[in-house]
Amino acid sequence: MNLIISILSGAIVYAVSVMYAGIGETFSERAGIMNLGVEGIMLMGAVAGYITAVNTQNLALSFLVVLLTGTAFGLVFAFLTVTLQADQTVCGMAMLTFGTGLSGFLGKDVTGVAANLKFQTMPIPLLKEIPVIGPIFFQQNLLVYAMYVIVPLSLFYIYRTKYGLYLRALGENPAALDSAGMNIFAMRYAYVILGCAMIAVSGACVTLANTNFWSPGMTAGKGWIAFALVAFSSWNPLKLTLGALLFGFISCLGSNLQIYLPGVPTEIFSAMPYIATIIAFILATGNFRKVHTAQPAALCKPYDRESR
Amino acid sequence: MKEPVIEMRNITKRFGDVIANENVNLSLYPGEIHALLGENGAGKSTLMNVLTGIYRPNSGEIYYHGKKVSIRSPKQAVDMGIGMVHQHFRLIPPLSVAENVFLYMPDCKKILRQKEMEEAIDACSREFHLDVDASAKVWQLSVGEQQRVEIIKLLYRGADILILDEPSAVLTAQEAVEMFKVLRKMADSGKSVIIISHKMNEVMQNADRITVLKGGRVEDTMEAADATIDRLTRAVVGDREFVPQVRQNRTFTEEIVLQAEGLSVKNDKGLEAVRNVSFTIHAGEIFGIAGVAGNGQKELTEAIAGLRKIQKGKVTVNGEDLTSLSVRKHIDKGVSFIPEDRLSMGLVPSLDMADNMILKHFGSEKFSRRGILKKKVMDETAASYIERYDIKTAGIHSPVGLMSGGNQQKLLIAREVNGNPSLLVASYPVRGLDIGATEAIHKILLEESAKGTAILLVSEELDEIFQMADRIGVMCDGNMMAVLDRESADYETIGKLMSGEQL
Amino acid sequence: MKKIRLEKKTTSSGFSVFLNSVLFTGVALVFCAFIIAAVGFNPIEVYSKMFRKAFLSMRGIRKAIESGLPLMLCGLGVSIAFRMNLNNIGAEGQYAVGAIFGAAYVLYGPELPRVPGMVMLALCCFAGGALWALLCAVPKAFWGVDESITTLMLNYVALILLSYLCLGPWKAKGQNVGQTEKIPEIFEIPEIPGLEISLAFPVVTLIALLLFFFYRCTTSGYQINVIGKSLTAARYAGINIRKNILLVLGLSGGLAGLAGFVQYAAVTGRVQENMPNNAGYTGIVIAYLSRFNPIVVIIVSVLFAGLQNSSATVQVMGVPAQIATMIQGAIMIIVIAGDFFQRYKIVFAEKGGKAS
Repeated sequence: MNLIISILSGAIVYAVSVMYAGIGETFSERAGIMNLGVEGIMLMGAVAGYITAVNTQNLALSFLVVLLTGTAFGLVFAFLTVTLQADQTVCGMAMLTFGTGLSGFLGKDVTGVAANLKFQTMPIPLLKEIPVIGPIFFQQNLLVYAMYVIVPLSLFYIYRTKYGLYLRALGENPAALDSAGMNIFAMRYAYVILGCAMIAVSGACVTLANTNFWSPGMTAGKGWIAFALVAFSSWNPLKLTLGALLFGFISCLGSNLQIYLPGVPTEIFSAMPYIATIIAFILATGNFRKVHTAQPAALCKPYDRESR
Repeated sequence: MKEPVIEMRNITKRFGDVIANENVNLSLYPGEIHALLGENGAGKSTLMNVLTGIYRPNSGEIYYHGKKVSIRSPKQAVDMGIGMVHQHFRLIPPLSVAENVFLYMPDCKKILRQKEMEEAIDACSREFHLDVDASAKVWQLSVGEQQRVEIIKLLYRGADILILDEPSAVLTAQEAVEMFKVLRKMADSGKSVIIISHKMNEVMQNADRITVLKGGRVEDTMEAADATIDRLTRAVVGDREFVPQVRQNRTFTEEIVLQAEGLSVKNDKGLEAVRNVSFTIHAGEIFGIAGVAGNGQKELTEAIAGLRKIQKGKVTVNGEDLTSLSVRKHIDKGVSFIPEDRLSMGLVPSLDMADNMILKHFGSEKFSRRGILKKKVMDETAASYIERYDIKTAGIHSPVGLMSGGNQQKLLIAREVNGNPSLLVASYPVRGLDIGATEAIHKILLEESAKGTAILLVSEELDEIFQMADRIGVMCDGNMMAVLDRESADYETIGKLMSGEQL
Repeated sequence: MKKIRLEKKTTSSGFSVFLNSVLFTGVALVFCAFIIAAVGFNPIEVYSKMFRKAFLSMRGIRKAIESGLPLMLCGLGVSIAFRMNLNNIGAEGQYAVGAIFGAAYVLYGPELPRVPGMVMLALCCFAGGALWALLCAVPKAFWGVDESITTLMLNYVALILLSYLCLGPWKAKGQNVGQTEKIPEIFEIPEIPGLEISLAFPVVTLIALLLFFFYRCTTSGYQINVIGKSLTAARYAGINIRKNILLVLGLSGGLAGLAGFVQYAAVTGRVQENMPNNAGYTGIVIAYLSRFNPIVVIIVSVLFAGLQNSSATVQVMGVPAQIATMIQGAIMIIVIAGDFFQRYKIVFAEKGGKAS
């Protein structure tokens, strides 16, 4: 029983760390901008937060720096893809390379340095007492609790508000919104920046919550898993949550089983989330039969007024 | 005389070196339906895009209720009450009708209430006799219904000036009549309507005033009552004597080239678009398919060219069954195809002329040996095409995307007929082309037919069909309504068949 | 009153693309100088040290060519896929699997004379990379599964596999680090006598020239070009898209696999735990900056390799080695931004409205 509880509560921790990036990317892609650089921006968020934590010992300030870092990268990415209308795939790769390199470069002084400052587990009184559910859901850190609010909020925003309506239209037919007098460029900037800020928070989950150290490239593909989750959740935050939990489960299952199966090479367990991603991705997005795709029609297409 | 709502003075708009509008004047009065008539490329759409704030004119002024304004953005145009229904609808298929309309409402509530929204839209559509279900998703609607949604969008937004770009092009005859009735009601209630069109009859019947554009300039402006076909024709095509090449003698034999039996084909949405269609084409015959665009012609031609899966039925060419063979096999068996979408399907715009010329023939002995391209032969052949088909281009190594539409089409047809086809499928081969290019292309088609090629010609212009075809098939809603000999056919019968009436 | 306006350009020459790239690379270096200064180093000192080390000595150039070899092959591999609009982000993993197949051949393969043995080794590495890429090509070709995510995920799997083998069953005896035994001498790629440059360099250059010819003058290259430019037109022309996806991704992965071969047989002599060392990702940057032109890939690879080698020099000053990746990323971002001027030109025009 304890094993199951530990796997499930670990699954939530894992899931949350990719969900910030996943939901951020969902907003960005629904607005028509695909950001392949998730991994690089996540690393930047992770290192920026950690550097601030080490130097100031102020968690709130560190979190603010994480958000600002994401915002800065979002600005650059939006400038390239929205204003300059550059190829989104290539820009994403550029952000990835630059983020990976810059995070390693900036993080030199904090590599191996302990910050001793992170989002601590904060059990919620009363709720934590509920058997099974309590330890799984209500003995978590603040970033996890925030996610409990963000998921329903983003669902409500996308499907039930005016701005969500605009967002759904933006990724489908920006020209239609433009002819209605809406500012396509401002909206795309906003969602790209929001997306990048959330991706950076995913990085903070890694260095300031789940663990408490920094080493270059430590996100180890989580950004990519988040990116893959967006496509196979059909751009829906609820399905994304389920997908992320599934991955959290698989990856925690591996690390927990390791102890009970000493003969099996540990590498098999560490490879499991990646292999699971590939298989799930193929099953979810392959058109084995003709199916209607939910992909925003204008995804990856720069908006250019004069060439319509 | 009433004061004009809108007055455009000396509008000039250039794209690079191309002049789309030059010193255009246009005034629009309340309560009138004003038609902008002209060929494709005459600058009608550009002018309206200037009025709706999508383009900024290089020079010229716009007066709104007598006051000079500069319309900087579509939003500003919308705020002034100017709304446009584009030829390609600006609807968002996954959203509902109500959501599509409210998307454009500045006072849309922050939190959506589906019920309220739908009721408001239903009320509005009843008021103007536009019958649409507000809760339906747009992708489920027919084209005519989608157009009504576009109009509701403008009306609900309170537009006083409605611009419709080729509104009848996508409609059946009945639907078009209904639509013009709706437009007349709006004009009677004081709104101003501009329709862009290239159909003279339609304009004379339905408009109050007509402005003819030609080559980006205003050629003539008149009251509809003063308009005659003769006067309009002269304004639209100029003084040049227009001698249509009418197909003189039928040279075709009894030898059957294409035999289509009971074809059923689905469209991209997975709905049946061609229903149980059968016909034959003989060697040397031109078989015309008349019908409003979107009634299954695209799916039919693509199926015959091997690009679309045939659900039921059989296609044979020269007695060989091609039904389930690959596109490559169709090409090898002598099926050529001029697709309706020449720039995105028939040609690769960023490649040069030589490369486009070998698109289907790169593997032939003429252009390659053991997988190596014969560059010299390619260049020579391209140069010979330029001469033979009078193609104007900056050179055989400049991207074909830079060529004009007519020259692109000449190149495409040159390629297709040089494969020595037994069947040539031509989808809207002259759509959007000027008269010179149209004549040239018709000439190539007639030559090809004289050589014994069977030709399937799809067109929405009855004139073209009557000029070219030996027999005429009429399509409506995926059905082949009837097949008539040209001699026994007339415009009226075909028009009836196009709108779905049985003979 | 004058006003600045942007107008679309219709064409741009190869030379202006080149000039633009060089110019904006310079801008990127200036940008990175600010970051370097912000971290507390003297950028001029850092740059001049790096440049001197990498390109101002015969030894530096030789080293740059040598460590550029895997970059070249990854860059060439990525280019061929990108030319057909296939985002092969998996060169890193394909490289690793190529190396694994090579090591397996050396361990378990039949004994052959020198030349056939080396050809077999190369073929094995090629096959390894190709196979790894085909794992993604098959779902792409048959079910339309996006290749960027699958190729990328397989990188992690390949690297885990590589480190398992190098630390486990194939680990050299008496070593602390994860690497295999030294490659037998008959498999070692010799140097060009007198130049001290590996014979692999002219061979890779030859591959690049062959690819150049392949793109321009063969029907296969033509088909790749058409598919990359317009999928609809390719379908219309009866080009077999499925076959070409398999072919191109296979070739692309195979070339990346060959990177494993040259690194193994010409540079390190052992298969090592972290062997690709980001070459697969750097290959993407190189491919883009070279505009997928194989000959330019060779040149840019040498420059990037020099940059990476020199980052080791400044490490003694305390500058982290990631400076190279950072500069590469910055170059890519800024050159992409600069490409805007390939598509638009700035025009100074009279303010609209008051025409004569």
